[in-house]
Amino acid sequence: MKEIIFIIITFSALGIFTLPKRSQYYQMLVTQIFLIVVTGYLMYLSFNRIGPLQIYLFELIGNDVSLVIDSLSAFFIFVINITILTGALYSKGYLKPYLRDKTRLEMAWHYFNFLLLHISMLMVVMLREGISFLVFWELMSVAAFFLIIFESDKQENKDAGIKFLIQMHVAFYFIITAFIICSIATGQNIGFDSLEQYFKTYPSFPVFLLFFIGFGIKAGFIPLHTWLIHAHPAAPSHISGIMSGVIIKMGIYGIVRVLTYIHSDLMPIGVFILIISIISGIFGVAIAIVQHDYKKLLAYHSIENIGIIGIGIGIGVMGLAINNPVLASLGFAGGLLHVLNHALFKSLLFYTAGSIYQQTHTRNIENLGGLMKKMPATAVLFLLGAAAISGLPPFNGFISEFLIYTGLFKSLMVSDSILSVTLLAGIVALAVIGGLAVFCFTKIFSIIFLGTVRSDKTRHSHEVRSSMLFPKFIIGILIIAIGVMPFLMLRPMAFVAGVIVDDTSSLRDMAGTMSGISLSLSLLIVFIGILLLIKLKLSKVRHTDIGPTWGCAYTGSDPALHQYSATSYAEYIIMKARLLVGVKKHFRYLTKEKIFPSETYFKTESSDVFDDNLISRPVGGLLSFMEKIAVFQTGNIQHYLLYAIVFVIVITIISIFGII
Amino acid sequence: MGVGLVLILITSLIFPGIVSVVKAKVAARKGPRVMQHFYDIIKLMKKGNVYSRTTGFLFQLAPIIYFSTLLTAVFFIPVGNYKALFSFEGDFVMFAYLMASGRFIMIIAAMDTGSGFEGMGANREAFYSLLAEPVFFIIMGSIALHTGHNSFYDIFSSLYVESALTYFVSALSIYLIFWLSMIENSRLPVDDPNTHLELTMVHEVMVLDHSGFELGLIQLAGGLKFAIFGSLIFNLVLPIQNNYFVQLAFFPIVQIIYAVLVAFVESFRARNKMMRNAQWIITLSALSIVVFLTILIIHEKVGMLP
Repeated sequence: MKEIIFIIITFSALGIFTLPKRSQYYQMLVTQIFLIVVTGYLMYLSFNRIGPLQIYLFELIGNDVSLVIDSLSAFFIFVINITILTGALYSKGYLKPYLRDKTRLEMAWHYFNFLLLHISMLMVVMLREGISFLVFWELMSVAAFFLIIFESDKQENKDAGIKFLIQMHVAFYFIITAFIICSIATGQNIGFDSLEQYFKTYPSFPVFLLFFIGFGIKAGFIPLHTWLIHAHPAAPSHISGIMSGVIIKMGIYGIVRVLTYIHSDLMPIGVFILIISIISGIFGVAIAIVQHDYKKLLAYHSIENIGIIGIGIGIGVMGLAINNPVLASLGFAGGLLHVLNHALFKSLLFYTAGSIYQQTHTRNIENLGGLMKKMPATAVLFLLGAAAISGLPPFNGFISEFLIYTGLFKSLMVSDSILSVTLLAGIVALAVIGGLAVFCFTKIFSIIFLGTVRSDKTRHSHEVRSSMLFPKFIIGILIIAIGVMPFLMLRPMAFVAGVIVDDTSSLRDMAGTMSGISLSLSLLIVFIGILLLIKLKLSKVRHTDIGPTWGCAYTGSDPALHQYSATSYAEYIIMKARLLVGVKKHFRYLTKEKIFPSETYFKTESSDVFDDNLISRPVGGLLSFMEKIAVFQTGNIQHYLLYAIVFVIVITIISIFGII
Repeated sequence: MGVGLVLILITSLIFPGIVSVVKAKVAARKGPRVMQHFYDIIKLMKKGNVYSRTTGFLFQLAPIIYFSTLLTAVFFIPVGNYKALFSFEGDFVMFAYLMASGRFIMIIAAMDTGSGFEGMGANREAFYSLLAEPVFFIIMGSIALHTGHNSFYDIFSSLYVESALTYFVSALSIYLIFWLSMIENSRLPVDDPNTHLELTMVHEVMVLDHSGFELGLIQLAGGLKFAIFGSLIFNLVLPIQNNYFVQLAFFPIVQIIYAVLVAFVESFRARNKMMRNAQWIITLSALSIVVFLTILIIHEKVGMLP
């Protein structure tokens, strides 16, 4: 049976190359649905079982390779499948304009890598054996690389892709080092199974740190995030959505998987994750606010949300450390539920961003405005995603943040003072992140969709085709469903958290709370409904006028000019967070000599402190050093012979004097 | 439960009236009637609408959502012994986020007009509320730590243990919630609702383009916000005793004192410089952290320090 499934998948994946351009997409979609059905069945089998589901595959260098699916894997399979499916459905409309310019092979290569990405991510969450895990981990990065550089005719996209590939290999190095250390120390084969033994006998923190850096680069914790902010804008939007939705979550999966084996040193690990996550959350959103490129802004928000997930996981680990199942289960359940929630609303936001880009061909929000009237469905979906990512009820982002909050508040009372202060820091961080996210998303939504048109880039834009809207509506319904009926998520999340925490009864106890949330939200919806009815009734009887916006009785010139711009909206943050966000202003003063002012310019640009100081500056330094060394490379054969003679002489002298 | 709700709703209608009457008396003006605010709202509700050409349906929907979120938030607030309809662990988180949702949609509505003034107001509202949010959470965290509970009703009902610490915590929390209510309602010292210059306004400038029924809802919502914070203060002032009548009698008194205080602050305090507002709000968070640390220390948890 499993052989047949593997053969089917391999042949239908390779079959994409043989097909004409039009039908390649359907081949990919059908294969993906097949994969989803197969893994969905495995998920179903693994559910409600004691112990994980194991399927033996083959033997590799004396190792048994088998698929191992526990509820954590099942949860990630669900997240992967749902995001990939919506991404694939959305990509049909999004890729349509590219069908003209790209060759048959280029399109096939893209679809093939899309499939490869899907398969490798599924395998990554199901494999425990080290070598096969690492192979698929690597395949995942390579497939993602080719997907990112889809528009490889632009140099910046290629640069972003290379940056991604290099950093992924740095991450790979850290992960493989950690695996090898565990394997050598315990004498077992490379793989997750050796961790169990290793963490029992040796101190956990150093090896965990290696794993954390390796997986953290994938996840995009600050300061390991620098690939993310370039790769997300460069990739085509359906890929950006999948990248932000699931690829970076593979890092989270890795970290949580490693955590399941750790039973000592939990306190420092928990505090460490919490601090890194708080930094990621706050910095991510603060830097996001000053961005003018909406895809880059969303990329920074991925970092912010990884921060929120990390806060959940961090307090979960701290809960394990102090043997407090309430804190542990609420932390892990909140953090992992946020993985799903973030995958939903972030892919929704990236897909809508892709629709905007397709219609306007600009990523600079200062050129947009007033799109609400031209693309109403896209606008409403974007607003839905924006409210969800800001953690507002009645949407799903609120539910996961609420679980984390509850965990934090509940354990405030049972912990010692140092821990209490740390927990309070978590509470304050969540509150600040929420506030900043509201600030950021009111800005981006308003500047793109509201007000008056700012440039003629939006002139030809109109609502995207319904095949592009349909997957987004599915996501939207899921977002609202989780937000309004959160009690549905408790049982599954208790199973998932049960992989790490033994006693998840506190999650089941949350049922009353969750139905309280649900009831109050229903009340909210009823109120809105009643008031809306009254308003509609009234508007029939009352007189309604249309006029210009109130401008202090000033109605001159172009209304687009005295709107609030993205820069002015962000001004407060730019002032208060000057150290984090290096915003540079370039402008020329108006000269006073002339009677009439001449043309001048004003430009602002922002940079990422971490990207500058951790990546750009050292790499730049290294490159210039290498250039200096390159004077030896003259290309002259005589010089190279001279180097050889000098080397021989030096060696001889050294050995005569007995230095070596 | 119903009694508390009715009390809050009645307060919300009368509160702004009391404030303006007291302000008028302090300034030796004749001033409006107490119910004038209420009549104004009725009049607004009867009027037709003028919409800006720039706006869309969100603009018309926003005041409705805003008012509904506040109305739902009322159902979370206990009044003395009268338990709220919704009471569960962490209900204050839900309460705070409901308020945030209302704010979010109003900011969107303000930006929908494409007016520079309303953009300014929306921007300031977003910025100040983001600074004020942690204050509320730290206060609630502190009281939760002090009482060992984490829902509004349980916190307030177990707050009254006769100890000096409780007085201290209550007093500082009342002080902080008072200023928080002034920020939330965009009153002095953050914003002056009576100013006549759009450039210096926060909340008032956000609703410049609303009219008729929607503007009426926004005015009602302003009263509701005061009533919500007033009830929170009442819960902190008055211990939960078994005597329902004492509470019924005290509730209006506390609300009137609160209104008079608001009026006095509005009459005698100058508005902050716009640029200083952020600092001023951050000072409040610092103060709330002091409350938190004091509780930690007094609960003698310091002994566990490594």
